[in-house]
Amino acid sequence: MHYAVLIYEDESTYATVSEHDGEQMHKEYAEYTQLLIDAGVMRGGEHLQPVSSATSIRGGAAGAEQLVTDGPFAETREQLGGFYIIDCADLDAALHWAKLCPAARTGTVEVRPVVANN
Amino acid sequence: MASLVRLLGDLDLAEEVAQDAVAVALDRWPRDGVPDRPGAWLLTTARHRAYDRLRRDRTFAAKRALLEQEVALGPEAMDTSAIPDDRLRLFFTCCHPALNPAARVALTLRALAGLDTAEIARAFLVSESTVAQRLVRAKRKIRDAGIPYRVPSAAELPARLPSVLAVVYLVFTEGYLATGGTALTRPALSTEAIRLARVLHRLLPAEPEVTGLLGLLLLTEARRPARTDGAGRLVTLDEQDRSRWDRDLVGEGHDLVVAALRRPPAGPYTLQAAIAVAHADARTAADTDWGLVVALYDALGRVAPSPVVELNRAVAVGMADGPAAGLAALQPVRLPGSHLLPAARADLLRRLGRTGEAAAAYDAALELVRNRVERDYLRRRRDELPPRPTRPPVIRSEPAAPGAAPSLWITGEGDPTDPPVALGRPPARGPH
Repeated sequence: MHYAVLIYEDESTYATVSEHDGEQMHKEYAEYTQLLIDAGVMRGGEHLQPVSSATSIRGGAAGAEQLVTDGPFAETREQLGGFYIIDCADLDAALHWAKLCPAARTGTVEVRPVVANN
Repeated sequence: MASLVRLLGDLDLAEEVAQDAVAVALDRWPRDGVPDRPGAWLLTTARHRAYDRLRRDRTFAAKRALLEQEVALGPEAMDTSAIPDDRLRLFFTCCHPALNPAARVALTLRALAGLDTAEIARAFLVSESTVAQRLVRAKRKIRDAGIPYRVPSAAELPARLPSVLAVVYLVFTEGYLATGGTALTRPALSTEAIRLARVLHRLLPAEPEVTGLLGLLLLTEARRPARTDGAGRLVTLDEQDRSRWDRDLVGEGHDLVVAALRRPPAGPYTLQAAIAVAHADARTAADTDWGLVVALYDALGRVAPSPVVELNRAVAVGMADGPAAGLAALQPVRLPGSHLLPAARADLLRRLGRTGEAAAAYDAALELVRNRVERDYLRRRRDELPPRPTRPPVIRSEPAAPGAAPSLWITGEGDPTDPPVALGRPPARGPH
């Protein structure tokens, strides 16, 4: 079964992070990614640019014009910063790997099953 | 039922085919006679039904293969030796932390205690459709999120067991409330909880907190006959006729607690049970070893800190070292919005003879109390305040439930007027 591991963190903390801490974080994610690869569960993932770069398109009622706005879907305290797709036997296994994600210590990690395509 | 769920990996399907099998039995048994092993017969019939259903559904190909294998093995393969494991798996699935607490309780009662939707609804004073919806959503989540039917490994167990224990504990406290002489008299949830705790104890005999929980439930249940008077009014711990406590339950609970304490460190359920033992060992309230009770609350506060534990500890201090010491211990406790704190203060002040302050504290408690039984009790106490300080002491020190259902423990009675599903958080945290 495929699960998306969605990473939510407070971006404002990154803005003030020191170069050293930034490198440290980068290293942690690289290690985590390698761990997933070595375990054979890694199926994909991306690191997203901050929400300041986001643009949202909102479809209105039928016939109404689509609304293009600057910013993310919702203003939240923690923002979606990236995700992994992992392949696990069940939720317990997925939670096991998700708990090891660096963001699971400092922010919030959401685990969502991916709809099977068959 | 648990075997079917394990086999099919689908609660809905298991329920449907189990019902089908029962319907077939009701039709055939009166005509053909009851088979030698009715349980195995039902299971086999249910599995055949499931097979028929799955055959119509191609997406279940893998499950069908598994089922064909099981059917080929015949009824002998489904002997009872497999069943306890299945039940344990089901416990951990129904109480999975990925499900919300209310759903865990409903699922456990449905799948492991065999209560139907209407019974669960009555027990928690919610509508049948609410319960049905809760069950549907939970089952859907189990399926869609891939929550497994398996017992956690030894390494995972410490993190997973507390949520199972919390569900059993919650079922018990709701049952304790349900049989409180109000309209809520059925179903006997506490009986179900004890049954579930017994099953769990049989399945996990080496887990001290399981042992401790069963002990706690038995010791608390033992007091039931003395909890109300002839008029159905609440009788608090200090005034209970202890000869009416169920001595068999006390004895069994006592042995369980001793066994649990032999495997330290003691967890929150074991410590609460030990407090119950301290009460049970005393022939009267005055005979209670209050120093021991205080020490046990200290330990409980370390493993499961909560304002309710602090409050109960202060009440025990008030018994061990006098009301002035109790009042001092109560000083730092913060329990906003709850009547428990002013009620405890009122008692201590009353015993100190500070009648005016006691009356004010009772009034403060009465303003906050939402439970009819407790309100009657507090009003009675306030109205009995003497012009001079010559009242006997009141002891109210039931084991504290860390973080949950405090009113239940303090006066031995829950709140029948409350929206009862206060299932927002599990009542106790595990020892890790």
